[in-house]
Amino acid sequence: MDKLTSQYPSSAFFDELIDEKGTPRPPAKQLLGYLDSLSEEELEKRRITAEATIQEMGISFTVYTEEGNIDRAWPFDIVPRTIEASDWKIAEAGLKQRLTALNLFINDLYHDQNVIKDGIIPEHIIKDSKNFRPECVGITPAYGVWAHICGTDLVRDENGDFFVLEDNLRVPSGVSYMLENRAITKRVLPELFENDAILPVSSYTAQLFDTLASLSPRDIEKPEIVVLTPGIYNSAYFEHAFLAQQMGVELVEGSDLFVDKDDCVYMKTIDGPERVDVIYRRIDDLFIDPEAFDPESVLGVAGLMRAWRNGNVSLANAPGAGVADDKVVYAYVPDIIRYYLDEEPILNNVETFLCDDPEQRAYVLENLDKLVVKPANESGGYGMLVGPHSTKKEQALFAELITKHPRNYIAQPTLKLSTAPTLISKGLLEPRHLDLRPFILQAKDTYVTTGGLTRVAMKKGSLVVNSSQGGGSKDTWIVDTKGE
Amino acid sequence: MMLSRVAERLYWSARYLERVENTARLVSVYDDLLFDLPKDIEMSWFNLIETIRGEETFEQRYKVKDERNVVKFLLADDTNANSMLSSLKMVRENIRTTRDVVPKETWELVNELGLYAQQNIKQGINRSERHLFLNTIIEGCQKIIGLLAGAMSRNSGWHFLIMGRYLERADMGTRILDAAVSLMLKSDPDTRLQLGRVTWAKVLKSQSAYFDYRRTVRTSIKGAKAVQFLMNDTCFPRSLAYCFGQIGESATKLPRAGLITAQIDKVLEFNYPLDSSEDLDEAFHDHLNDIQIAIIEINHQITENWFHFRQGDAA
Repeated sequence: MDKLTSQYPSSAFFDELIDEKGTPRPPAKQLLGYLDSLSEEELEKRRITAEATIQEMGISFTVYTEEGNIDRAWPFDIVPRTIEASDWKIAEAGLKQRLTALNLFINDLYHDQNVIKDGIIPEHIIKDSKNFRPECVGITPAYGVWAHICGTDLVRDENGDFFVLEDNLRVPSGVSYMLENRAITKRVLPELFENDAILPVSSYTAQLFDTLASLSPRDIEKPEIVVLTPGIYNSAYFEHAFLAQQMGVELVEGSDLFVDKDDCVYMKTIDGPERVDVIYRRIDDLFIDPEAFDPESVLGVAGLMRAWRNGNVSLANAPGAGVADDKVVYAYVPDIIRYYLDEEPILNNVETFLCDDPEQRAYVLENLDKLVVKPANESGGYGMLVGPHSTKKEQALFAELITKHPRNYIAQPTLKLSTAPTLISKGLLEPRHLDLRPFILQAKDTYVTTGGLTRVAMKKGSLVVNSSQGGGSKDTWIVDTKGE
Repeated sequence: MMLSRVAERLYWSARYLERVENTARLVSVYDDLLFDLPKDIEMSWFNLIETIRGEETFEQRYKVKDERNVVKFLLADDTNANSMLSSLKMVRENIRTTRDVVPKETWELVNELGLYAQQNIKQGINRSERHLFLNTIIEGCQKIIGLLAGAMSRNSGWHFLIMGRYLERADMGTRILDAAVSLMLKSDPDTRLQLGRVTWAKVLKSQSAYFDYRRTVRTSIKGAKAVQFLMNDTCFPRSLAYCFGQIGESATKLPRAGLITAQIDKVLEFNYPLDSSEDLDEAFHDHLNDIQIAIIEINHQITENWFHFRQGDAA
């Protein structure tokens, strides 16, 4: 099947595996050579193996429909995405730098707010933020770190340079799929793992465990760590169960926990109440404690904020960390890095227009057909306007929304996202757009996943990679071609 | 370490699974009983509703107390929380979130059984294929129990399954005995002997106890002997003594079981004198009622002891 690579249509964008002349890039050379050596039937067999593996491992995500919740099999493309290790090293350093600065920023916001006093960011941005929690003012979590687990979305532009698209500091998901993608690929293309050029990803859960354990308020040998899930009906339940199992900790729901008179958190077990030290919570701030936030919430634990404020339990991520997970704050991150670290940002932002600023707003309103408009506070790709793919009517609607609530919107130029070869039908590779979500852990130390979760827009020309909207995923290989 | 919620879900998944099997057995044996009764004895299907104490819910839903409505209510009705289909749904809901503490195939078998019951429920309601349908359901339940027996660790999770299964079994066993006793008491003294022979044979069959009774008791089938066998035989796995024994044994393997084992010992120690079928009277009916109350009490103690917490317990 040596035509697999040679018939690959040249991509109008930066293709990460095959350059404009049709030659495999160095980290993809071995992979493409191997794929070319397989017959069409053999390749199809590998694809079917992947499907069967997904079924067998029970890898799924939940989609809510009128007929109830369906567990959908995880959509997966067998052709891995390759990145040169030396390129990745730079991105990794950039991600560490960024999260370090963001944590200093969050801690500052809940204390002296020097960043505002020194005129780096305008005060109203914090005052109007949906994610600033006055309940958190004056608290200093362990190591001054608020966002312990961060999922940062990266894209590569027409030159192959990495840009940050957004920082997810609330309850980022996807890391279990990154690990499962590797497990599937090891079964589908085992021959390629024989040499050690492809860097392993498997240490994540051990790193996550260590990060969480280091947050324990009690200095004991085996702190009690739990993963708090909203329950089986949450779309990421699979991941919650997976991470708990991999770390060997309990997966709990709000009703499994309670806060007692001593302001400590306990877990209800058949042996009686067990004190809990660290909660990796996968529930949004506003639902974690009906006493402090939404009184209607049945997902959370009454008194949890009280226990946290008194330093009797650690929450990861800390409540209020989401203040930096806001597309308006995002625009200021390069300044935030310079302010706190006195360094130039290693990773750049995508150019961003703040609708709040009259001049920038005027530009956005004039160029709605060219820009991507995003709400400042939502995630999951809902409620955005993709200018070039929109109707006049949609543009008019967004013009109205922006004029009414300028603080709630930002705009970015349509990105020339990079592509990678994706198996579209039997024996046919076509370029599809990608992004990458690495996960960064921070407590005492900082750790970045080797690569991350690659999401791919399976529809031709589409830029939407979200799995809830027809996106797929690929294994991500950081390949050390230079033997470093 | 086991979360109370996980323990509670395992306990209820076993109770509901046992309820599915018992409901299938109950309908199946009643069907058979009606075939064998002499023509001049009148029997109502509604007795079954009385057996499970479902009169109120039934009457809210149906006017006519005929075979079709009774069977529909017991097997398929989703307004009846104890119907076979409702119970199957509860098995599934409880296993869904405890999948990682039971053998991997449990979830598949539970789904398979649920799907079969849903798709073929009409066979259960119409008389012609009912037997085959109910048999398949019973086999499906036993497949799951067999899988657990063969592949599950004897850890705390296992003990909660055992307590759930045997408490439910004791509950239904007591009800079936009580139903048979009431039927006999209500019957015309002239036909009582004839009715008794058929009824007690069917009661034994409903518990798969017919041959064991024959081999163990070695006399013809008589009310008092059959009841004694189903209550006191320590080897037969559906007798009340065996069920309570299993609950007690599992409870002792769990933390803080004192109250429950004491209650079980009390139930097991009591030996009701049954010399002849004359003794299956109102007083015996009251005794069965006491056992029912003890079952409710044990369930309550299991719940309080291992599943429910009140604030202030820890600090």
